[in-house]
This record gives sequence, structure tokens and C-alpha cells, in this order.
Amino acid sequence: MVRVDGPSASPGVRHRVSVQFDTVYVDNVSRHYGRRRALAHVTLQAQQGEIFGLFGPNGAGKSTLISILSTLLRPSGGGVRYGAHTVADTGDALRGQIGVLGHDLCLYGDLTARENLRFFGRLYGLDRLEARVTDALARARLSDRADDRTGSFSRGLRQRLAFERALLHDPRLVLLDEPFTGLDDDSAQVLIERLRTLRAAGHIVVMATHDFDTAEAVVNRSLCVDRGRTWPVADGVGTLRERYRRTLAECV
Amino acid sequence: MGFFHTVWTIARKDLVIESRSRELAYTTLFFAVSVVLVFSFSFVVEGVALTDAAAGILWVSIAFAGTLALGRTFERERQSDTLKAVLLSPVERPAIYIGKLVGVLLLMLVVEAVITPVVGLLFQAPIDRAPLLLVGLLVTGTLGFAAVGTLFAAMLIRAQSRDVLLPVLLYPITIPLVIAGVRGTAAIFAAEPNLAVAQAWLAMLVFFDAVFLTLALWVFGPVMGE
Repeated sequence: MVRVDGPSASPGVRHRVSVQFDTVYVDNVSRHYGRRRALAHVTLQAQQGEIFGLFGPNGAGKSTLISILSTLLRPSGGGVRYGAHTVADTGDALRGQIGVLGHDLCLYGDLTARENLRFFGRLYGLDRLEARVTDALARARLSDRADDRTGSFSRGLRQRLAFERALLHDPRLVLLDEPFTGLDDDSAQVLIERLRTLRAAGHIVVMATHDFDTAEAVVNRSLCVDRGRTWPVADGVGTLRERYRRTLAECV
Repeated sequence: MGFFHTVWTIARKDLVIESRSRELAYTTLFFAVSVVLVFSFSFVVEGVALTDAAAGILWVSIAFAGTLALGRTFERERQSDTLKAVLLSPVERPAIYIGKLVGVLLLMLVVEAVITPVVGLLFQAPIDRAPLLLVGLLVTGTLGFAAVGTLFAAMLIRAQSRDVLLPVLLYPITIPLVIAGVRGTAAIFAAEPNLAVAQAWLAMLVFFDAVFLTLALWVFGPVMGE
């Protein structure tokens, strides 16, 4: 366990211990579900101030990789290091530095938007919780619906709220699985701006998406994932979608 | 965040959700009272209940209603994968387990507060003969049942046939608890009550609770890690 001292630790989190890291190393990670291989010998490195895009067909292993990065899933082989730390040596504290927006939005439909944020804020032991919740609601453009139950929200509204829930504790590592799902054009643009802000603030963002056109505006590096294997998306001319297709054709 | 603060945060969230939907309270209560009523038609003949029937039916109702409550409680967490978000937070896994357990336990105790008088009424069971001892048996028995059930329900949250698997796994493990509850309660309700025997079964239930809680706290983190 490492005590919070440095500037890179989330400033408002009241955990007695936390971890600091500027880089995430995925080292030769494999994951099997029984006999089915979900990931095979994946190696990558994501650094602070970087948005790392994961692209690939359905069932390629993107969500599995995000689950492993989030500490929810243990790799069958290889390992993940968060700076100098591993899940084994940092325990619960590491999760305080990771924010995850998954396929499922992880919101309680019978709680209001404000109550959902409050609940998760309390679990993260955040100080200035009410101010953070109010800010998050404003950023999600849901201040006027703050006291409505999220069960009555559309997918897009819940997506916006879930994104802010994932960032409520100002995590170092932000993991996004299909963050643009259900968002209208305006909301997608707001999300892109928010991602740019995160990048500028030195967060590490790993994002799995099928939305090449939207993602192209923000990603720094891209990885093609297919049948559990990964290849860097080729540099060069063409749009991200074209380069991705070229990579798939050449490597897979 | 402290252990008990986490427990309270999770339990309070469950109670707030239940206070709004009242889905679990109504369905569980309706089910438990229905079970007692149906049994009363079989085991009460010409106004006289079979010996020890009241104790057995009370505990069968508790087990059935508890299984229903456990399944539905975790179904809520499954619907939007909220348990995953809770597991991703930097809190101790045992505190998450205890928080969920407290919510289930309180709900089951509310159900028992209703069905125990109903059993007393329909089966002429003297529920006021040793009230503290009876409450002790009910609370400790329910705690043990909910302790095992909460662990299994959380483990099965992603299993496709979780509704079938939960009772299949839960009942064999909790048979000692139910037997202890039935025998202790029967000793109180008997025509010639034996409170010493009831106390012995209560002690047995406390022992079971300690074992089940310790094991559940120990394994909850590792089993929820995948």
C-alpha cells in the first residue's frame, strides 16, 4: 500500500491509502473462459495524457481487456501493472483510481440521478460530495432532472449520467466501453470535449468503441482487436476507419 | 471509507429502493402468508393443529419467503449490473457482503413479524409463552439463512439458471439451521414446553451463525473477484 502524497493522486478522495501511476502496462495478458480464448498474449502501454482506442468486431475481446484493466477480471496469463503497482500489492486502493463506464450503465433505476451519484460518491469516500454531485449533474446537463428517478430516463440521459458517475472520483485511469452509445450529436460532441479535457489533465483513457468517426477526433493511439489478438492500427493516409480496415486485412 | 460506513451506505441504499418500490415486501409477505394459510387447511383439523406443525410451518414459510427475497434483491443488482459498479469501488468486499446481508435480514425480519402472529392465530401456537427466546431463535435462524443465501445469491448473479440454482444450493446447506429453528420453536410451542431445550437449540443457531458468517466473509471477496 502507498500513502497519498503526490499530485497525481485524486485530490478529493479521502482514502487513507491510494496509489499513483502515470502508465498502465499490459504485459502478455491472456484470458480464457473454459476452452474459449478471449485474449491471447496482449501487450500494450497506455500513458497519462493519452486516449487509447480499442477497435474490433463484436466478441473480439475488447470488453474482456477493459474488465481486466478495471481489476474485475483476473488474467489467465500475463499481468497488468499500474505504474509500479499491481492489483495484488495495492488491493482496494487501486480501484479508487479507476473509473469505468461499461456496456451496462450501473445506475439504480429506483434512485434519482442525484442519489445515484451520492451513493457512489460515498462508496469512494469523497469529500465535498454535494458540490461534486452538483458539478457532475451540471456536466451531464441533468441539473433539471436531478431529482427524477433514472428509471424514467432515456438511454442517452442515463449514458451521460453514467459517464459522470464513472468520473465522480477523478480517477487516473478511465475505462470506457462504447461511451457514445445512445448519445445524440450534441451529447457526443460534449463527450468529445470532456475526453479532451481529461487528456489535457493527464488522465489515462482507454476506450473501446465501434464509432470510428467520433473516436477519430480524440484518440491518440489505436489498437485493432480481433479474436483475442491485437495489432496497432496502421499509421498513414486515410481515415481511422480506413486504416483499421487495412490493419484487419493485413494482419488478421 | 470505514467498514461500518460502507455497510450502512449499502444497506440504506437497499432500504431506500425497497421503500419506494415495496416490491419485495409485498411479494414476500403475500407469499409467506399464502404458504401458512395453505398449510393451515391441511394441518388444522376441526380447529386442532397437529403436534409441532406450527413450528415447522413457520420455518418453512421463512425459508421459502427468504429465498424469494434473496433472488429478487440480487435481481435488482443484476438488471443494470450495479453490483459490478459497487465491486469496482475501493471498499472492502466483506463490507459489501454485510451491507447486502443487512438489507435482506431486515426484510426477512419484517416478514416474520407478520407471519409469526398469523401462525400463532391459525395453529393456536403460544407465541407469547417465551417471547424473547422465540425472537432469539427467529433472529439467529434468519441471520444464518440470510448469511448463506446472500453469498449464494451474489455468486449466482450471472448464472443463467440462478432462480433454480439458488434453492438447490441453499436448502441443503441451511438444513441444520432450519432443523435447529424448528426444534427450538417446537420446544416453546409444545403442550409441555421445555425452555432449556429451546435454549440449547438457540446456542446451536448462534454457533451455526458464527460458522456461516465467518466462511461467507472469507470467501465473498475471492468468489466475487471473477
